[in-house]
Amino acid sequence: MRHIRNFSIIAHIDHGKSTLADRLIQYAGLVDQRQFRDQILDTMDIERERGITIKSQSVSLPYTSRHGESFELNLIDTPGHVDFSYEVSRALASCEGVLLLVDAAQGVEAQTVANLYAALEHNLEIIPVINKIDLPSADIERVKEEIEAELGLDAEEALLCSAKEGIGIEDIFEAIISRIPPPKGRPEEPLAALIYDAHYDTFRGTIVSCRIFNGCVKPGDVIRLMSTGVTYKVEEVGYFRLNRVAQKELVAGEVGYIIAGIKTVGDTRIGDTITLDANPASAPLPGFKEVKPMVFSSLYPIAADDYQALTDALEKYKLNDAALIYQKDSSAALGHGFRCGFLGLLHLEIVQERLEREYNQSIIMTIPSVQYRFLLRNGEYVVVDNPQYYPDPAAIEKSEEPYVRATILIPERSMGAVMNLCLERRGVNIKFVYPTPKRIEITAELPLAEIIYDFYDKLKTVTQGYGSFDYEFIGYRDSDLVKLDILVNGEKVDALSLMVHRDRARSRALQICERLKEEIPRQLFKIAIQGAVGGQIIARSTISPFRKDVTAKCYGGDITRKRKLLEKQKMGKKRMKMVGSVEIPQTAFVAVLKSEHE
Amino acid sequence: MNNEQLPGLYIHVPFCGSRCLYCDFYSETDTALIPAWLQALEQEARIYKNQCSAFDTLYIGGGTPTVLENAALGSVFECVNRHFNVSADAEITVEANPQDLTPEKLRILKACGVNRISVGVQSFNAQDLHFLQRRHSVAEALRALELIRSCGFTTLGIDLMYGLPEQTVEGWLATLAHAVTFQPEHISCYQLTVADGTRLAELFREGTVALPDEHEGAVFFMVTAQFLEQHGYVHYEISNFALGESNRSRHNQKYWHHVPYLGLGPAAHSFQCGCRWWNHKSIQRYCQELAAGRLPISGAEVLTEEQLHLEALSLGLRTAAGVDLLPLYQNQHVASLLPKLLESEYAQIIQGRLIPTRKGFLVADRLARALM
Repeated sequence: MRHIRNFSIIAHIDHGKSTLADRLIQYAGLVDQRQFRDQILDTMDIERERGITIKSQSVSLPYTSRHGESFELNLIDTPGHVDFSYEVSRALASCEGVLLLVDAAQGVEAQTVANLYAALEHNLEIIPVINKIDLPSADIERVKEEIEAELGLDAEEALLCSAKEGIGIEDIFEAIISRIPPPKGRPEEPLAALIYDAHYDTFRGTIVSCRIFNGCVKPGDVIRLMSTGVTYKVEEVGYFRLNRVAQKELVAGEVGYIIAGIKTVGDTRIGDTITLDANPASAPLPGFKEVKPMVFSSLYPIAADDYQALTDALEKYKLNDAALIYQKDSSAALGHGFRCGFLGLLHLEIVQERLEREYNQSIIMTIPSVQYRFLLRNGEYVVVDNPQYYPDPAAIEKSEEPYVRATILIPERSMGAVMNLCLERRGVNIKFVYPTPKRIEITAELPLAEIIYDFYDKLKTVTQGYGSFDYEFIGYRDSDLVKLDILVNGEKVDALSLMVHRDRARSRALQICERLKEEIPRQLFKIAIQGAVGGQIIARSTISPFRKDVTAKCYGGDITRKRKLLEKQKMGKKRMKMVGSVEIPQTAFVAVLKSEHE
Repeated sequence: MNNEQLPGLYIHVPFCGSRCLYCDFYSETDTALIPAWLQALEQEARIYKNQCSAFDTLYIGGGTPTVLENAALGSVFECVNRHFNVSADAEITVEANPQDLTPEKLRILKACGVNRISVGVQSFNAQDLHFLQRRHSVAEALRALELIRSCGFTTLGIDLMYGLPEQTVEGWLATLAHAVTFQPEHISCYQLTVADGTRLAELFREGTVALPDEHEGAVFFMVTAQFLEQHGYVHYEISNFALGESNRSRHNQKYWHHVPYLGLGPAAHSFQCGCRWWNHKSIQRYCQELAAGRLPISGAEVLTEEQLHLEALSLGLRTAAGVDLLPLYQNQHVASLLPKLLESEYAQIIQGRLIPTRKGFLVADRLARALM
């Protein structure tokens, strides 16, 4: 165990986390130049494109120190978004230390601070690393001052590197072995392994990523997942290099994988403890909680014929994403589909994008909703996350919506704008403290519905990117809710309905009418778009019809050209939904999701 | 497909005295290439003569066929007559530029059996002609039209353009009024369109030229149709008007009704048995291929039933003949749309056909899109 180090890299977005990981992997000799590609741990296209990490990935790096000692360094890469904060916390719980990466030009930023707090919560050794020192705009002295003043860390201990240029990489390895403590743990005690992630493999089933805290596990052992009590027989254990490398056993202090015939990722719970069935640990490792979906939306195939294909795609997708839940749903406008629950809006976008790209599905998603609670006059409580099941208004005694406590970290100068944002979003009990000079931590109680759409984007905008926030659910509160319906040429498009606070109904309705006006192309007939609450029209917009749309000449070559254009339009039409005689493009449904846009 | 009708023969004369600002038809101004082209045309006709020999329309277009010297023009007809059988009552059209028409040339055309002259007048306004970079003047146009009539041609076609920069609706109506004084049997009115690769496209991109917007374009279209209808013309295709049913262009209608046609010359298109092919858009290449004993075909497509249907729909909706109603009911969305189309006066149903109204003509592309 003396020769093991478990660590993670944490950083503000774009400060070079993936590049540093790439460099460490290269330095350790796991890949040769030929196999190498950038962002090697981010295996999904969507991760590479957005430059974010969605799934945790681990890799064991063999390293021989300057003194000739051999080490096994386990790098646990973590996702970087508030939707996945629980996954991050479990990954951090599996480490003894972190590299806290700071951009030499940008300096300390909001996520750096938030990440530092997360690491401190787990009592991790923190090694500040100033990256991108090769940049002409690098200002190492200023960044060191910020590290001292804003992070409260000893800047003298900060390492300097350029991951891009490969400068200072060996120093980082040496610091990892000298400053991060080796893992503690008792191999002789009953097995206690923390699940920090799980992936699905077509041939092997679920590959569980775990950190062994106590005991050991080997093929043939019967393991038990402590939260569910289900047992499995271990088929294989091993380390992550870039591929899996089977080992005889995994012992206390190590990080690796277990394959045990677990059918789907959904059969495992991140944060759960694995123990031996025959000799179980007395208590699970601390920190386990069930991750519950917070945001709900329905998902429909664009062409009704594709329902079965979508069903299959969702089933397959679900194998690898335990956080997604879904059940059958149907809509008058959109036909058969699924009601889905997501961790947050990013999670929703990821699911949508991956279904479209990796599973070739053309889908429409409805406006995301939170779960509302209604007390009916007959004394019954109902929970509704789908506007289709909004109770008869006459039967509602009172309505309630979920609230969260948001913690927002911002530079002092953004104070006014962020306070306004909180008030605009119906925030209450707004308080603030100064954790360090010039930096403010605001806490506010906000309706969850107000933050799921675009709160984070807004916060980023008003703080020029320096704001970060986190939230926790605090319970349901009374609220004055209404159901807002959207009508296209008098026909209700149920997929566009939403539940909303009465005070926000009109502005949301106007917004949606305007967005639809921008997104629905002009057609042969005039299109009236209306927003209505309980039969009363509260907003409207109109799309005028085409006056002229005709090609002047059509001879010889024009005919082929024209037909090709029609064929293209015919393909495009498959991505349209007909509501009455109106063609609504998929983009219109998507645009409505991106609620506010100024 | 309409295989019961005799096919039409088209000959592309790829030469012009000068290039007009807006035109994207294939042509060259180097008249030195004419002998080689004529020789290649002879070759091409010889290859096709055994496959399709009988035609009831002949259309010599371009380019500008009338830039050919009288002798060359005569050779084109000799070539056609040597290899093909053009029926005695055939419609034989030649496109003409007003400047080129001399009594001698018209006499030769008449002698060759031409019974329809289609004159590219474009406008009776000097400013418009200057903008379009036409070779001819207003006076030359007037002289040519009188000459055609005096030479005894019974079918005269005039091509005009609207929606030009600076053109007003009144100015356009004046051009139309001028045109009808000659009682032409046929009038084509095209809205000026920006085609890729033309000088006009460049000017348009640079922002030097502003064209009418959708609403102004619609007004031009409507006044054109109203004016010509008042003067006895039948609006039988988006841009085409005939003085009475019998004066419709028989040849052009073949394009719109999937009747077979054979096109000879560079860039010419042909259609037969559900197959469409087109020649190289280069005189040099055209001549090379034929010199080597090969057909100068640049591309071809075999149309599927679905593609034929799509074409029939989009072409049909551009004509007063409309489209067959029955197939439309096979698509549920389309069927449910039909009552709305009738109610909004985009179309009417006459004898089992969906016939676009004038308002429907204006959005013919959109109608096709909605009905496919």
